[in-house]
Amino acid sequence: MQETATDEKIARAPLVIGSKREAEKTMNVKVSTKNVEAFFGKSKALHGISLDVPQNTVVAIIGPSGCGKSTFLRCLNRMHEVAGGTRKGSIILDGESIDEYDPVVLRRRVGMVFQKPNPFPTMSIFDNVAAGLRLNGMVKKNSLAETVERSLRQAALFDEVKDILDRSGISLSGGQQQRLCIARALAVDPEVILMDEPASALDPIATAKIEELIQELKKNYTIVIVTHNMQQAARVSDETAFFYLGQLIEFGGTERLFTSPQKKQTEDYITGRFG
Amino acid sequence: MKQGFSTYHYWRKSKSAFTTFLCFLSALIAIVPLFLIFFYSLSQGIGALNLDFFIKMPKPVGESGGGMANAIVGTAILIGLGTIFGLPISLFTGIYLAEHKHSAFASVVRFLTDVLSGIPSIVVGVVAYIIVVLPMKHFSALAGGVALGILMIPTATRTTEEMLLLVPQSIREAGLALGIARWKVTLRVILPTALRGITTGILLALARAAGETAPLLFTALGNRFWSTEIGQPIASLSVFIYDYAKAPFSDWNRQAWAAAFVLIFFITILNVIFRFVTRGRYAGNGH
Amino acid sequence: MAETSSSIALPVGHQPSGGAEKAPPPAVLAEGKKGKSVNLGDLIFQGSTTFFAFLVFALVFLMAYEMFHGSTLSIEKFGWSFLWREIWDPVQDEYGALVFIFGTLVSSVLALLLALPLSIGVAVFLSELAPRWLEKPVSFLIELLAAIPSIVYGLWGIFVLVPWLRTSVEPILSKNLKFLPLFRGAPYGFGMLAAGIILAIMVLPIITSISRDVLKAIPTAQREAALALGATRWETTRIVLSDARSGMLGATLLGLGRAIGETMAVTMVIGNRPEISASLLAPGYTMASVIANEFTEATSDMYISSLIEIALILFAMTVLLNAAARLIVWGVTKKFKNE
Repeated sequence: MQETATDEKIARAPLVIGSKREAEKTMNVKVSTKNVEAFFGKSKALHGISLDVPQNTVVAIIGPSGCGKSTFLRCLNRMHEVAGGTRKGSIILDGESIDEYDPVVLRRRVGMVFQKPNPFPTMSIFDNVAAGLRLNGMVKKNSLAETVERSLRQAALFDEVKDILDRSGISLSGGQQQRLCIARALAVDPEVILMDEPASALDPIATAKIEELIQELKKNYTIVIVTHNMQQAARVSDETAFFYLGQLIEFGGTERLFTSPQKKQTEDYITGRFG
Repeated sequence: MKQGFSTYHYWRKSKSAFTTFLCFLSALIAIVPLFLIFFYSLSQGIGALNLDFFIKMPKPVGESGGGMANAIVGTAILIGLGTIFGLPISLFTGIYLAEHKHSAFASVVRFLTDVLSGIPSIVVGVVAYIIVVLPMKHFSALAGGVALGILMIPTATRTTEEMLLLVPQSIREAGLALGIARWKVTLRVILPTALRGITTGILLALARAAGETAPLLFTALGNRFWSTEIGQPIASLSVFIYDYAKAPFSDWNRQAWAAAFVLIFFITILNVIFRFVTRGRYAGNGH
Repeated sequence: MAETSSSIALPVGHQPSGGAEKAPPPAVLAEGKKGKSVNLGDLIFQGSTTFFAFLVFALVFLMAYEMFHGSTLSIEKFGWSFLWREIWDPVQDEYGALVFIFGTLVSSVLALLLALPLSIGVAVFLSELAPRWLEKPVSFLIELLAAIPSIVYGLWGIFVLVPWLRTSVEPILSKNLKFLPLFRGAPYGFGMLAAGIILAIMVLPIITSISRDVLKAIPTAQREAALALGATRWETTRIVLSDARSGMLGATLLGLGRAIGETMAVTMVIGNRPEISASLLAPGYTMASVIANEFTEATSDMYISSLIEIALILFAMTVLLNAAARLIVWGVTKKFKNE
């Protein structure tokens, strides 16, 4: 499995020339996608996406609206089919195809944070974080409070809410709600975290907090983040993929992609000629 | 100033003003009966509205006073039975309709639910008679409960469906993305979120059932004595009103008005609550 | 080439997959790793909801079947002629539904004639003319009107409406309009006119609220277009009304359906005499009323069977009316939602 990945990497070398982490990366691909095509009924949203997400990195996906970024993200945890879509091509998580998984089990390994914070309205802050554990039967009675606290700390929210844990989840500010959603996703102990424009609904201060958080989180998790904000991608990610009209145009080290992009389309987008 | 306007123009304008006035008048005429009914039931019934009314049993013919305690309890029992029969079906069907918005079978079921809501209550009573009273060989509260249960189904189902659909899709996505099984998301996340609206909707259906008379006339029948047995005929507020309204005793007539007032009062309160609870959700369009 | 921050991300002693630094993954993941492709819980849940939905589906057919079965005696004896026989004689066990069909139709049509103009007026008022602060409470009051039980209307009918008709309205009508067969006869108060009026009050809320919804579903753009052409308020409304025509037809049919099935209020004021008369002042008898009044008194099997057959006719009429109405209303609002 790893060998094929290496071959592939070499075959696609022109796209990623210049990244020093080449050799190291091929040993630790967390998620590998090959020729992924996504459909909504008859219409094709993604055309043959192949990219590898290295472990413990942040991969950003950028591109103009409607170019398939979110669709791709949702393929990674099979949420795409929840919206009624179909998918071709392979997605490998730690060497196993995600299609062989019960999607429910898959989604505990691959968590998701959405654009608009969506804490469960009838639950308290504590219950929100615990929800994934409780409803999955993953609770060990004594450790629940510890897990909740740990998740809230990882989401940099604990200090702000430690005294109001039984207040309703939706009573928090937008930025806090988003961090609550992150804590909720972390509580089930995923390995990969998918973020779909997590800060686009937030103010600049909350956005900065989230970006800081992402840098911290990547130490323990692998993160794929979709963002329409190029500067954010540049700030936050190690590798960046540029999507356009459902195709992967370029994928490589963030700094290199932004300073000397290989493809003209990438350059045009980055310099603001369209999008 | 107003130069160049022909007489025709003034004619059009005054026609418009006149018809606007007519519409306003219609609205007034339409709500007049409502106030009349409230007013009359209160003024006619006030004489009989006292504590005795609620806790005493009906007095024999000719004696004044007495109350409708057995009727109140009877109605409560009948509604309770109706809930037992109608609620589970309504909840599950409402969930089914909300989960399968686009399936053909769901459309058929939705359509049939609407059709069911248009079936006269007396027809439902006849059906309850056939399937409960005939086999049991006598009238019973059970039969009345079955009739009321069937009558509750359309309203309760639609309310459940609509309240569930008001819960934003993002909540369901959040639950699924956590790796929670689909049915658990529906039952433990979506349903509780919609619960308040659903409960009030069901209370509204109950209120309507409490006012039903026709189907009870030959299922639960009525009972001048105290009875809480399900297998026997049972008194009810609505049949009480009917009997006492037809009677030639003015004392009884007043009691009928009092009972009517109690009924309207509770129905109004529940309607207000329902409006209040669902107002915020509709205004925000579900978000 | 740039040494990117990515070089920090992967030190030589990188973390093994699975994140051994964190707590080991919960046991559930290890055992149910791949999981079944179809969750058992989902299956049970889907099954239950589908089952109950099917129950509702079956209910309507069950009801039809039971009533058919219950009226076999009279169907066998009278056949289709049951529908146009005018006789209703429990003593001889001879029955026919004509009187009641007549009573039901006349009272309902009368109710519609009275209610429709008012309903349209109120619907137009609520959807086009009233300011928001007025529209909401008035809408609520109209809905409250619909929530009042039939029996309470009946009570009000007996003690308020009928005396009023008997003393004030009907004497005038019978004296001055005697030449019309519609108003012949002694003013009892009880009778077709009273039933028609009470039914009108009861169906008004339904027709109004559906018409109002249909009117509201028509996009504002249409009104703006008319006004921009210089149309007056009323002329604009007329255009909108003609768009809403089929929806309002649906609303009317629903109202008709409700009127046909009304029992208590009608029974208490219509006089309950099984006679066909051309006069509005005369008593009448409806299908729902005869069932309500005579079901428990029915002595013979044929009697009961005939009453059940009347219930069946009532059932068929309301189901057809409702089905037609819903299809029409559904079609209209759908048409405008798609635009």
